[in-house]
This record gives sequence, structure tokens and C-alpha cells, in this order.
Amino acid sequence: MNSFPPEIVLEAVANGLLTGAVYGLVALGLTLVYGVLHIINFAHGALLTLAMYAAWVAWAAFGLDPYVAIIPLVPIFFAAGYAVQRLVIGPASRGDDQNILLVTLGLSIVLENAMLAIFRSDTLSVQVDYAMEVVEAPLFFSAPMLLSFPRLVGFGVAFLVAGVLFVLLTMTDTGRAIRAVAKERTGAALSGIDVAHIYAVTFGIGTACLAVAACLLLPSFYVNPRVGNAFVLVAFTIVVMGGMGSVPGALLGGLVIGVVESLSGLYLGDSLGQLGIFVIFILVLLFRPTGLFGARA
Amino acid sequence: MTLRDAWPVLAFGLVAALLPAFVTAGTLLNFAIFTLILCLAAQGWNILGGYGGQYSFGHAAFFGTGAYCAGILQVRYGVNPYVTFLAGIALAAAVGAVIGFLSFRSGLRGSYFALVTLAFAEVFRVLANAVPFTGGAAGLLIPLDARPVNFQFGERGSFYLIVLALVVLALLLTRALERSRLGAQLVAVRENEEAARALGVDALRVKLAAITLSAGITGAAGGLYAQYFLYVDSTIAYGTWISVEALLAPIIGGAGTVFGPVVGAIVLHSLAEATRSLVGRIPGIDLVIYGIVLILVVRFPPRRLPALIRARWRR
Repeated sequence: MNSFPPEIVLEAVANGLLTGAVYGLVALGLTLVYGVLHIINFAHGALLTLAMYAAWVAWAAFGLDPYVAIIPLVPIFFAAGYAVQRLVIGPASRGDDQNILLVTLGLSIVLENAMLAIFRSDTLSVQVDYAMEVVEAPLFFSAPMLLSFPRLVGFGVAFLVAGVLFVLLTMTDTGRAIRAVAKERTGAALSGIDVAHIYAVTFGIGTACLAVAACLLLPSFYVNPRVGNAFVLVAFTIVVMGGMGSVPGALLGGLVIGVVESLSGLYLGDSLGQLGIFVIFILVLLFRPTGLFGARA
Repeated sequence: MTLRDAWPVLAFGLVAALLPAFVTAGTLLNFAIFTLILCLAAQGWNILGGYGGQYSFGHAAFFGTGAYCAGILQVRYGVNPYVTFLAGIALAAAVGAVIGFLSFRSGLRGSYFALVTLAFAEVFRVLANAVPFTGGAAGLLIPLDARPVNFQFGERGSFYLIVLALVVLALLLTRALERSRLGAQLVAVRENEEAARALGVDALRVKLAAITLSAGITGAAGGLYAQYFLYVDSTIAYGTWISVEALLAPIIGGAGTVFGPVVGAIVLHSLAEATRSLVGRIPGIDLVIYGIVLILVVRFPPRRLPALIRARWRR
């Protein structure tokens, strides 16, 4: 195995943390949906791809900067998520675990291939002048390390969104209703909470998180019909690692996975670098399916 | 199993065997062979998913192992293709047993089992794409040498009959399983694992037997694929497409029934062909149809259709 000077390793760790925060944001949506609806949303990756195409279209057709596109895309994707849960997943699954798996799988197949039919398999990206910009972070023992500007923004916004979500869940009536449904669905229904509505709201929030993540990713990433797949397994890994349904677990898990990916990319090369994540995923599923951070399933 | 149990399968086999006598168009036979290979992969999934209730999202792991084993042993070591085909089945079954042992021993069920099988298939895909032994990203080309001793035939009819024979064998095997003690225990585990265990069913052993058999059958489909198209790469062999195909056909045709995967595969592929001839070859359009059909089948289970229609009728 190669050995690298410490500043290279440190830079890889820092970049991993930055990417990891956006992974965390993707995982946040997934874990929230799991925590409340108790469903594994296989369509999460396809919805992320959809959001990335939406951000790309906003840039290509309307000249909207991806960071500005967050403002219109968040409500649109919230509404889309609400509608999908209310009109497709809810009625089709009738509460059965395996039906939900199949419906969300069907949804992801439809979305992914509809985008393939519309945009073809070409890889698209946006050209913004800050995409390649770097920020120097001083290190006391060597030359400053270089951090990508879009990733720094992604890191900051991801934590901002997590903060907003925290306030929403703890301090608003809707948030209290969401937590009530997550804890005890029947009890919540008996005290007058519209469970179907709360399910759809939660799904909408999860989808809105994806819209933010998509806008954060686009300046430094590309989009093609399969791009969501790369993220969804990562997000599943994070969610399982952080404890299914745990919001802080998702963020922390995101950071850990970001670093793991960055380091295994450094030591094993790009093509085998992905392997680290899958191996962790399998090991966690096999030996700690309740999560590494002690959350109870 | 008696002849009475087997006759619908045999009748299907006999009728289907007549196809090459009437059809000589290459494209139609090609379509039939491809659909039958997918029937076989789907029948493998059906044993574990349909009868055992363990939904795998990663049957590509077995399909790909069968395909690569057949290809690699032939190309790199010059082993006879019929031997490599059988070796592929054995290796796929072994991979199934290992994955099954690891996941079932850890008590993974439902969504967790689906996720872990998906992850295993992805690990295989990334590995097969990266190491030179499998031909890497360029894939593995099996040299064309159309002689029956090479498991390659000058005309498609012979290959069609071999694939059909294997599908019939898999159907008979499924029927035999259905009538056996193991099959009954498997269904009991699917319906209520705790109750089955309370009655003395060794759930782990039953599920392991199911995944081994299931993986072997799907591995056979992979071997046939490699032998027919004479080419394997990581996205074909271990790609999600085959995991999805293997799962969709039984779900749509009726999971946990002998003919479900056959019906499902034929319905799906006829739909896909019909769509292509209607709107042209737009990439992905066939899968859009698959996805919609899947959602509709879950929303309106065919078993409930007669009841639904009657309810409408009365209104």
C-alpha cells in the first residue's frame, strides 16, 4: 500500500468531510421517511436524479444559478413528494412492507428510465465560474491545503438545512405531529392527527432535502440518468450505520462515509474506492443492523 | 410428485417445443430464447422470493456468477462449455449458500434482506469491473466456434430447445418442491416464521436450502446467457437490470406459483416489444412500462381483480 505525506491524507479527510455533509443531507431525507413511515424508499436515488435534472434545466433554460434554484425547487419538490406519497405509495402499498418495497422500486424504475428517454444517457453538467474555485485553509506544519469552494458551500448549507429541520421537528405543531406519528401511529391518530397527511408531509420534507442536495451537488458534479444510484447505496449505508430513523446519526454517518470514501479512493484508486462503502454496508447490516451509534431499531 | 402434478408443465413444454417448427424468423426465435432465459432467472427468484417470502434485490449476484464462471473457465482454461455451464450452476449455488448463511444467520429479513442482497450484487459488479481476471471493463468475449460440442449451434432452433428443456426442468423442480416437505416448510416460514419455528421447522436450514436452489437456477440462466450471446461484462452479468427482471416476472405473473415467472416474463417482454414497435426505440421506454405495470400490479393485485370487478358490477 502506498504511503502519502500527512498533508495529502489530511486534505483527503477534509474533502471527505465536505462531501460527506451532502451525503448526510441525502441520507437525512431517507432516514426521516424511514423513521416516520417505516418504509425503505428505493425511489430516493431516482428522486435525487430528478432533482438534479430539474436544477440543470433551471440553469440551462432559465439561466438560474444552482444555488438560487434552491428557492423554487424546494417547494416544488416538497409538493411532488407529498403527492407521490398521497397518490401513489400510500394507496398502492396498503401498509404492507413488501408492497412498499415493490412500489418504490417501480417508481424508481419509471423515473430513472423516463429521464433516460428524455435526456438520453449523456452526462450533463453546469458551467459556473466558481465551480473550480478553491479556498486555502492554513496548516501550521506545511503549505495551506486547498478546499473546493462548491464543496465548502455544500458543507455549510447541509448543516443549515439540518438545523432548520431540527427547529421544524422540535418547535412547530407539524413537527410535534410528525414525531408523534413516528413514535405511536395509532395513538397519534386517536388524538386527532391526520396520519395520512403527516406521512405525506414527511415524504415531502424528505424529497425537499433531495432538492437542496441536488442544487449543492450540481456545480461540482455531473448528472446522468443513473447518477442517483451512486448516491442511494451510499445513503442506505449511512442510514443503516447511523441507526434507521436517527437524524443526528444520518449526519454523523454521512461525514464518516465521506471520509471513508475519500481515503479508500486515495489508497485503492477510484474504481475500487467504491468497494469500501459496500463492504462497510454489508458488515454493518450483518453485525450491527441497529446502527453503530447505539440507536435502537 | 406424480404424473398428474407434472402434466401441465409437460404440456407447456411440448407446445412450446413446436415453436421452431413453425417459426423460422431469426428475430422471433431470438426474442423467445431471451425471454426463456429470463424465465429461468425469474424461476430462481420465485423459489426464494415467491415460496420463501425472502425478497432478494440482488439476484444479479447469482446470474453474473453463472455467466462469468462459464465464460472464464472456457476462455482462460479451455474447459468444455458443458462442464463450465454446470460449474457455473454449482458456483452460483455456493455463492447463494454463503450470502444466505451470512444474512439469515444475522436474522436479516424484509427490507434489510433486500438491501444486503443488493449490496452483495454491487460488490461483485465493482470487483468484476476492476480486476483483469474477468476481462475488466472491456468484458469477456467467448470465441465463436459454432459446433454442438462447443455448446454453440449454427441455427437458433437447437439452442431454443435446450433453453426450453432447462426451463421445463426448473418448472418440474418447482412443482416437486411445492409437493415436498421442504416446500411446505418454506411456505410456513414465509407466512409466519415464529409460528413455523414453534412447530419445529428449522427456519435457517429451510431458507438456506431455498436460496441455494434459487441461486443455482438463476446461475444457470446466467450461463445460458453467456453461451448464447458469447459476451459477458460487469453491467450485463452483475447489473441491477437482471435483479429487477428476475423479481418483476414472478411478482407480475404470480409469486409463489409454478407458472407465475413464465407468465410474467412473457407478458413483460411482449409489452416491451409492443411498445417499441409503437413508439420506436427510445432507450428506457420498455422499463418505464415495466415500472408502471409493477406499481399497478401491487395496487390492484390480479388475485383481487375478479372481486373488484364484481364490486363495480353491483354498484
